[in-house]
Formats: sequence, structure tokens, C-alpha cells
Amino acid sequence: MSDPFAAVYEEIIHEHYKKPKYRRILEGLPFAENPSCGDRVRVSITLGADGRIAGAAFDGSGCSISMSSADILAEDIIGKTPEEARRLIETFLAVLRGELDVDELDAFGDAVAFKGVARLPVRVKCAALAWRAALSQLDSIDRPQENSKS
Amino acid sequence: MRAQFVAHAPVEENSSIAGALKREFPIFGERPELIYLDNAATAQKPLSVLDAERDFYLRSCANVHRAIHAIGEEATARYEEARRRMADFIGARPREIVFTRGTTESINLVARTFGETLQPDDEIILSVMEHHANMVPWQQLTERRGVSLKFIPVTEEGELDLAEYEKLFSPKTRLVAVTMVSNVLGTINPVDKIIAAAHGAKVPVLLDVAQAAPSMPLDARALGADFAAFSGHKMYAPFGIGVLYGTERMLDAMPPFMGGGDMISEVRLEGFSVNELPYKFEAGTPPVAQAVGLEAAADWLSSVGIAALGEYESALARRFMDGIEGIPGIRILGSAARRAGIVAFTLGGAHAHDVAAYLDRFNIAVRAGHHCAHPLARRFGIVSSARASFGAYNTREDVDRAVAVLAGAGEVL
Ligand SMILES: Cc1ncc(COP(=O)(O)O)c(C=O)c1O
Repeated sequence: MSDPFAAVYEEIIHEHYKKPKYRRILEGLPFAENPSCGDRVRVSITLGADGRIAGAAFDGSGCSISMSSADILAEDIIGKTPEEARRLIETFLAVLRGELDVDELDAFGDAVAFKGVARLPVRVKCAALAWRAALSQLDSIDRPQENSKS
Repeated sequence: MRAQFVAHAPVEENSSIAGALKREFPIFGERPELIYLDNAATAQKPLSVLDAERDFYLRSCANVHRAIHAIGEEATARYEEARRRMADFIGARPREIVFTRGTTESINLVARTFGETLQPDDEIILSVMEHHANMVPWQQLTERRGVSLKFIPVTEEGELDLAEYEKLFSPKTRLVAVTMVSNVLGTINPVDKIIAAAHGAKVPVLLDVAQAAPSMPLDARALGADFAAFSGHKMYAPFGIGVLYGTERMLDAMPPFMGGGDMISEVRLEGFSVNELPYKFEAGTPPVAQAVGLEAAADWLSSVGIAALGEYESALARRFMDGIEGIPGIRILGSAARRAGIVAFTLGGAHAHDVAAYLDRFNIAVRAGHHCAHPLARRFGIVSSARASFGAYNTREDVDRAVAVLAGAGEVL
């Protein structure tokens, strides 16, 4: 709790947990799960005519970290190209893995609130869950394109 | 000299003893604000245990069993003295005490030795409330040997359904493996009845006493258990040391476990012959200093009065349950008549991680998750729960503080 912004971060996380903007009931998509705590999230991503991400939403159950992280993910990737979204997600996950400095998150929107979480090994998995789900969604969006190339 | 818990005494009286004993645990000097309610996961270590381990390294450190020099003999003597002490601690003979890394290794040892003697279609009876440590090794055995598992159901109260248990026996039943105390529900199982039924059917019994060892006096011979497994670290001893108790009859009949030094009496290029008990199951250099620490922990527990301590922990659990019962949204798992100092609960729609993280802000350490018992959580229709578990240094003030903080948690979470 030595971080002067800890209380602000907590407030951001709490707000997204209690009043998620991108939570919908989604069907037919696979869940990403964290077996150690039972948290599960699935993420839908839809592309607009301009090839950018026009819609993102999530569905699932879990703790305040995994749920708020899903909401923040959706907020962050809307309007980006799949490539930009992928880079963003990979940066976020690399920070959680400890491979990049937490200050990388300063360039993010509300995801900056996970700076504190990045130091808590158990909760890192919760924070990463939706972002992992989004990566595999992006993969399945890409795949038809790859097929048409070959 | 050291304060002793008093049997059948009011909580207040034993609480002041716990407060005095707390001073023997250096960690509370380092972290005076800490309210540690995660004792079922691991207990803190008293200075006498830390000193015993350190003293071994400072004065007697050498490898055991093979040395001709004086210090090696001393190390061996201290290791074997630890074994004698642990035999005494659970009412066994030294040759029936196998040192392992802990409960998990002890149970795996049985599954990989006794278990390998089983035939396809043989049956093992477990319960739905087992820790994964007493479930997965047997599930692995079903894959290796084709044995099948049957499960004693758990009632809504969180007790084993003994009527159903007796129906699980068949001529193919080869082992009953159950926990003495549930690490989630705190239920103290009627292991005397469980053993009587099994022995009536000529079936041996393995008891997981990981949660019982720190809170009730054990007498393996009087109980009649064929195997018992526990971990040092849950009974105020160092990490990395545990015990497998087995009757001489069972251990003698079992093939050895790991191969290596110490477990053999003779090795030729064509093969080896197996050492006597208990060395047959202790391949390689054992955790000697940790065994010495375990001995000190057993001494410590005996000196504070283990039966009265267990009673006191149950009384703290009752006080905690009485305190949180009225908090809106609280659900306590199980309501067993006999309960150790362990209480699992959920709070409204809040995730257990959030409950634990909230308590942690007030320096109250509880566990949250499935407590390594997925099937039990499923039985109660939950994914995870928070768990408070009490130890020798917990006072009633600790309990009251946790209750007060939880009373305010609902609004925030
Ligand atoms: C009932 C029970 N059995 C087995 C274990 C496993 O103990 P260890 O991890 O020390 O091997 C535990 C502790 O987590 C337990 O509570």
C-alpha cells in the first residue's frame, strides 16, 4: 500500500467490477478458466467494416480483479485494429509476467490500475484471464484470413 | 515454565495463555500487526523449533547412517532420536515411522508401493471431503492398475455419511483412505467407527491426519490405523519434513518406494537387497535438520497441552461462527457436531479472493479458494470459499477483530 495511487487504482477496479459497461450474456464462445480459483471469462470481439474492432464484450464469473480486468480490456481494444489490440494485450500480459516494467501500463487507460496487482503472483492470473481469452478470440478472427492467403 | 492450555476452561482463560505463547513466535515480533488465521495451510514456528534446527546445523551437521566419524554419529543419533520422539508422539514404534517430505509424499508412497500390489478391479474407498493429496494419488493408481474408487458421501452438515459408507464395501475392497479432520469444513470424522467397519471387512485404513496432528493427541495403535500421514509444517515444525506411519505388518509386505542409498542393504551389479524398516522407504539423504525441528515441535506441542489446545481452537471456531452468523450474506459451510478450529464461509455474491484481500488490508490472513478440495466445493455448490483456521497463538481478540472487519466487508465488496 506504499504506492500513492493505490487508493485510486482500487477505486478504478471497484468501479469496473460493480458497474461493468461491457458485460453481456454471450453464447457459443469458449471460456478461459483459472482452475485454481474457478474464475471463468469469455470475450467476444467483432470487427467493423473498416477492419477495426467495433464491439467487444465479456461474460463470466470471478473475483473483482478478473471481472474488472475483462471490462477494462473491452474498453481498451474497441476502435483498435486487431494488430494494435494484439500488441496491447501482449504488452499487458508481459507486464503481468514480470517481463516488462509495470510503468509500461502508464500508457494504458484504466488498465494502469493493475500496476499493484502485477506484484501479487496469485492475482496476476485473475487479471490476465480476459486478456488471454481475447488473444485466442483474435486468433480465431485471424485464422480465416490466413487460410485465404494460403 | 511454559504456559499450558487448560482443558474445559473458558475461552478467556486459554486466550490469555495463547497471548503469552504468541511471544515465543518470532514472526509476531517482526509483524506485530499480523492476525494469522491461515493455520490449516501452515503454522508459524516457535523459537524452540527454529533454534533446534539451527543448533543442528551449528553443532552436529553431517550426513547420517554412513559415517564413522564422531560428528556423523552424532547427526545419526539426533536423527534417530527425532524418529523415536515422533513414534512416541503418535503411539507407534520407531521402525514404523518413515520420514517423508510431508503428507502428500507419505500418501504417494503408499499409493506407489502398497497400491502397486493391487489387481485390476480392486476397490479403494475414499471420501468426497478429501484433500487432493488423498485423492489424486489414487486416481493416478486407477490409471496404472485399473483399480476403481468409491466415495463416502458428505452430508449437508458436512459429515461423512456412515450408513452409505458401510454399503461401499465389497469383496474387492482393498483400502479405505480418509481424512481425520477436514481441512475445509473442520469436521472431525469418527475414525474409530470408520476403522471398525473396515477392519470388520478385513480392509486396512489410511488416515490423513495432516489437520489432526497439531490439534489432537494421536495414538495410532489404540486407533488401529494401518497407515497415517502428516506434515511437520502444519504442526509448528519446519517445511520439508513429514511422517508416514505404517504398521510393521503393512510396511514389511510393501515393495520399496524410491531406489538409492540407504534403502538397500547390499547392492551388486545383478541387483540389490532391501534394507530393514524404516530405511527401506528412505532412499537418499533425508531431511535431517528438519527432523530435529519436528522433534522440537512435538515437544513444544506436548508442553502446551495438545488436547486442551485443540479444544481451545474449536472454541475459537465456535466464537468466530457465532460472531459472523448474523452478518448478512454469510454462509458457513457445514455444521458438524465435532469441529476443529477451521471455518470455511462465503459472503453473499462476493468472490472469496475479494473477501480475503479485504481482510488482508486489516492484516488478517485467511485463505481463499477451493482449499485443494474441488470435489468438496462442488458438493456444496460453490467455486471457492474463504477459510479462517486457528492456532496456538490466536486469541479471542484476533477472532473478534476478524468478525468486526467481516461485518463491514459486505458494504464494500
Ligand atoms: C487434510 C490435508 N491433507 C493433506 C494436505 C497436504 O499436505 P502437504 O502439502 O504438507 O503435503 C493438507 C494440507 O494442505 C491437508 O490439509
